[in-house]
Amino acid sequence: MMPRFGDAWVYLSATPLLWLTATLAAYVAAFWLYQRAGQNPLVNPVAVSVAVLVAVLVASGTDYQTYFDGAQFVHFLLGPATVAIAVPLHLNFAVVRRNLLPMAAALLAGSITAAASVVGIAYALGASKETLLSLAPKSVTAPIAMGISEQIGGVPSLTAVLVILTGITGAMIAKPVLNLLGIREWPARGFAVGLTAHGIGTARAFQVNDVAGTFAGIAMGLNGLATAFLVPLLAALLA
Amino acid sequence: MIGALTLLLLCQLAGELLARLSGLPVPGPVLGLVLLFVLCAARGAMPEALRETAQTILRHLSLLFVPAGVGVMVHAARIESEWLAIAVALLASAVLTIAVTAVVFQWVARWSDAGKGAP
Repeated sequence: MMPRFGDAWVYLSATPLLWLTATLAAYVAAFWLYQRAGQNPLVNPVAVSVAVLVAVLVASGTDYQTYFDGAQFVHFLLGPATVAIAVPLHLNFAVVRRNLLPMAAALLAGSITAAASVVGIAYALGASKETLLSLAPKSVTAPIAMGISEQIGGVPSLTAVLVILTGITGAMIAKPVLNLLGIREWPARGFAVGLTAHGIGTARAFQVNDVAGTFAGIAMGLNGLATAFLVPLLAALLA
Repeated sequence: MIGALTLLLLCQLAGELLARLSGLPVPGPVLGLVLLFVLCAARGAMPEALRETAQTILRHLSLLFVPAGVGVMVHAARIESEWLAIAVALLASAVLTIAVTAVVFQWVARWSDAGKGAP
């Protein structure tokens, strides 16, 4: 039995099918766990999926490139998903227009805070220049952040990881921070989560409340745009 | 579904082209977003298939971050050597960003509502 399993493993581990399936299976399992935990933000499905997949890859001696050859089909959808944000933006344009002023002010304050605070704190704690440049766009959704990182001299794949860590962190801490501040309105709550924690925060917001999810999606899109202009400008000023 | 997916990809492709040709510091998919929004606004009504496809993709948005997240294993050495700076900066920045954004949003919303005489 063992040699035949070994042959099958050699064959399967070289095809995209295995790691594509593993990615979906890990996510389905992680999402089930998240539901079972009453959508506790600490049982974030992205965090659980990533932890399980890294453990499996390390245990089976598989490198990231082999894994990504399969998982790239999921990763690729980030581009069309970014374009798709135009749809909720258009559908909710009436609510958006009513909140134009608070959104513009919060966008400006939030995108500057996100980039400046992370770079400032990491610099004070002695992070390397490459890490600093890779950190700057961390609150923006992955495809946009990777583009910005590449442009300013960061490491795009490191930025992707930092973006996801930010998303998970933001989705976990949003509820206690917003409750502590006494922010009760869904537009304000959703906008803050989407601006800080992009798609992962938006996914979380949609699970909690539809209006919050919509505003999170809008904040994610707007912050992507704002940061794409702002961070290269800041980087040019600092260089 | 296929038509809607094609439209999303076409907008992304046009966005990528536009980004390359114009030299704008904005990633292609973002310009694709703007393009699709303009198309929707010009057309007025939202095609049902596009709405459904977009909502299906966005509902499972967090799945799409998993492959890039697994890339943490490639950067394990750097993250290990700079873990304190990275961890503190990410956590503190997330708390600050959420707090500043929500407070500014609420403050301006109340201020502009007060200006209009709403409750």
